[in-house]
Amino acid sequence: MAMTMNGEAVLPAPRETVWAKLNDPEVLKACIPGCQSLDMASPTEFAAVAKVKVGPVSATFKGRVQLLDLDPPNGYRIQGEGEGGVAGFAKGGAKVRLEDVPEGTKLVYDVEAQIGGKLAQLGGRLINGVAKKMADEFFGNFAKAVNPENAGV
Amino acid sequence: MSNTGIGAPVRRKEDFRFITGQGRYTDDIERPGQTHAYFLRSPHAHATIKKLDVSAALATPGVVGVLTGDDLAKDGVGGLICGWMIHSKDGSPMKAGAHPALAQGKVRYVGDHVAVVIAETLAIAKDAAEKIAVDYETLAPVVDMNAATGKGAAVIHDVAPDNRVYDWHLGDKTATDAAFAKAKHVTKLDLVNNRLVPNPMETRAAIGEYDAGNDAFTLYTTSQNPHVARLVLSAFIGIAPEHKLRVIAPDVGGGFGSKIFIYAEETVCVWAAKKVGRPVKWTSDRTEAFLSDAHGRDHLTHAELALDDKGKMLAMRVHTKANLGAYLSTFSSCVPTYLYAPLLSGQYDIPAIYCEVEGIYTNTAPVDAYRGAGRPEATFVVERLVEVAAREIGQDPAAFRRKNFIRKFPHQTPVIMAYDVGDYAASLDKALDLIDYKGLGRRKRDSARKGKLRGLGFSAYIEACGIAPSAAVGSLGAGVGLWESAEVRGNPVGTVEVLTGSHSHGQGHETTFAQLVSDRLGISIDQVAIVHGDTDKVQFGMGTYGSRSGAVGMSAIAKALDKVIAKGKKVAAYALEASEGDIEFKDGRFSVAGTDKSLAFGEVALQAYIAHKFSGQELEPGLKEGAFYDPTNFTFPSGVHVCEVEIDPETGVTKIDRWVAVDDFGVVINPMIVEGQVHGGIAQGVGQALLEGAHYDASGQLVTASYMDYCMPRADDLPSFRVDHTTTPCPSNPLGIKGCGEAGAIAAPPAVINAITDALGHEDVAMPATPQAVWRAAQKAARLAAAE
Repeated sequence: MAMTMNGEAVLPAPRETVWAKLNDPEVLKACIPGCQSLDMASPTEFAAVAKVKVGPVSATFKGRVQLLDLDPPNGYRIQGEGEGGVAGFAKGGAKVRLEDVPEGTKLVYDVEAQIGGKLAQLGGRLINGVAKKMADEFFGNFAKAVNPENAGV
Repeated sequence: MSNTGIGAPVRRKEDFRFITGQGRYTDDIERPGQTHAYFLRSPHAHATIKKLDVSAALATPGVVGVLTGDDLAKDGVGGLICGWMIHSKDGSPMKAGAHPALAQGKVRYVGDHVAVVIAETLAIAKDAAEKIAVDYETLAPVVDMNAATGKGAAVIHDVAPDNRVYDWHLGDKTATDAAFAKAKHVTKLDLVNNRLVPNPMETRAAIGEYDAGNDAFTLYTTSQNPHVARLVLSAFIGIAPEHKLRVIAPDVGGGFGSKIFIYAEETVCVWAAKKVGRPVKWTSDRTEAFLSDAHGRDHLTHAELALDDKGKMLAMRVHTKANLGAYLSTFSSCVPTYLYAPLLSGQYDIPAIYCEVEGIYTNTAPVDAYRGAGRPEATFVVERLVEVAAREIGQDPAAFRRKNFIRKFPHQTPVIMAYDVGDYAASLDKALDLIDYKGLGRRKRDSARKGKLRGLGFSAYIEACGIAPSAAVGSLGAGVGLWESAEVRGNPVGTVEVLTGSHSHGQGHETTFAQLVSDRLGISIDQVAIVHGDTDKVQFGMGTYGSRSGAVGMSAIAKALDKVIAKGKKVAAYALEASEGDIEFKDGRFSVAGTDKSLAFGEVALQAYIAHKFSGQELEPGLKEGAFYDPTNFTFPSGVHVCEVEIDPETGVTKIDRWVAVDDFGVVINPMIVEGQVHGGIAQGVGQALLEGAHYDASGQLVTASYMDYCMPRADDLPSFRVDHTTTPCPSNPLGIKGCGEAGAIAAPPAVINAITDALGHEDVAMPATPQAVWRAAQKAARLAAAE
């Protein structure tokens, strides 16, 4: 089943910093909720393992993530697919665009994903809520990561 | 009528064990050394399997085996079969794609079986299944029936390049077209018969067991027809020859058709039992039931009815697309063809009918018989068409139906069926009286004053039951005969065991079948045991579906009882020292005519076994007789259901305010059980009309796979039913029974939709008529009214 989500987040850092952090696997790993590993296969390819819980379905997703349409420091497209074993699968992507704003940088995202298997059967009603929650969590973490006062993250 | 004989509302004998928790269902059975199976299922609707690596799962402690489609192939285990051959218009046979019990290179629906993990516990099996690595290459899913046969659609089975299983027809096209050409009025409708999930209370389950010492298998399974399961597993799938395979269907908690079929899971369990050398058990969880039980209905239909200037029906034309899912299930091919089109004449005298049916593959679960099986779909077409036609030409729907009723019997319809007997006007008259049809106008005004919309809908249904005369169904493509068998064992103490090929999964055979014995032999039902559901005990049988257990199963018992009584007369003649011709049997006693000399049934039974009064040359000892009964015609239960609804146009909530059911089931064995069948059937039909709908999204994911998203009817969705009867005994079987098990589910959906459309004043309401759908329709009705 299809899942779509879009939104924006204003980050307290200049565009170049945000762009650099968006391409840093260590930062992404720290920010993605449930992410257990994120290994670089090439500068634009990662192998990821993430643990996700959607309602009654809890699964460890293993998948590949690719960065496409790179347009530094304005944005990219992130595309991936993950198999959650018995729980099903998820695949899809997000378009990410960066804009300068007085407070720093505005990140606009537009997600389109397909989910299947048990996730769709039992989690169908919950998936949008879970995705929104995960996005909020990610940007909360990411905002901290790009904040120059937290340079250590 | 004795107090436990035919016609007595005897309480169900089996209910004591059910309501005290002492039923014994397949999942209650624990075999020594039992292991547990878990099926890894496809999360994709359509994909090829590029790589399947089970090594990590197999290495998991506690796992005793992991099996795949390759292992099935290596062992020469055949695929699942469809047992009814349908030929297309051009004479070509239906295109049946291979249906392996575990996928061989390709998966075709979400829930398709990829591999099975067998382990010491279910939890270990599930955990190990997580370690199976499957590399899928996804293919375009085929979900929508209209798109499935179009250019560019992905091909599900290579044997059917346009995803068409068959393009079948029935009836006289030329005569039908000619009748339409001279019609004064033609009513046209597009109808969707929504897809349903069967949802029996007990999910499917199986335990396979292998006895190496005797090289013999046992399968415990939730089956409506254990002998058919054994036949298919032996003759087609090749698990073991019949004498080496015992199939036991113990207590079964509901089937509604979904437990007729021979599925992948029980096939795998019985095969795997030998592979791992231990019993293998599988019990479906509810999600698996949603995904892999054969679904029901799912038709798209365009139908037309031609009328003359007086409102007499001239002809009917129907085109149906029937979704058969990703594989052909055991009887799926006959449901939208021979169980559907022959019922399109309904209760009406229609001179010409022509019906075309396209059977279509999609990447969805297989679709097969579900309570009513083809007949609810036909009745929905007929009764919606008839209702709309009456409204269009401005005739009262009841009077319009009455004018077109068949009145002379036997009646040969233009679509195979020869109706034997019926009195449709009698049911209609009684129904009109019970619903207070004359008071409808007043009730509508009362509702309007409260801001509510009231509507009334009829459904004058007919069904073909007592399935079925073997030669007749054989000529239509059936792979089996549909007779039934019985064996009656009189015991030396006068108790009786009846072994029947029918199977009870809620019907109450242990009571009704015993009532027949009680009636015929004059003994209490407490002295009768009904034995069913075990191929090692019962001679053979075709099982229970199609409302056949009474009409066919009990007729076989009646035949065997006749033989027992005839044998009893011979024994009594010796025991009473009279000539056989002078022995009469009445009220449980064998007596010498014109004398006071008599023996009770039990005394004659004892004489038959001790054999002291006759020699072996004169008469065989014992009192055991068997019979096979093959019906000479279908039976034709019919009736009129009337539904009255009140709709709140502000919320779209439909409340069923009144329901009258007047059914003609022929002779009724137990009116309490029959009334229960009618109640349950109506509830299922109301479920289809108002609440239930299985939905696959465009990617082929089943998004109604739990009770969060699939709404079943509850008691508070239903009114108190008024159930009544008219009776024309069935002339083709010895008991006059027609059958009652499916009637409610067949009659109900059009009655509900006819009532809703009557209330709203337009016809654009599809099933399930949820509050949202009805609210939208009410908005449309308001717009139409404003435009006038």
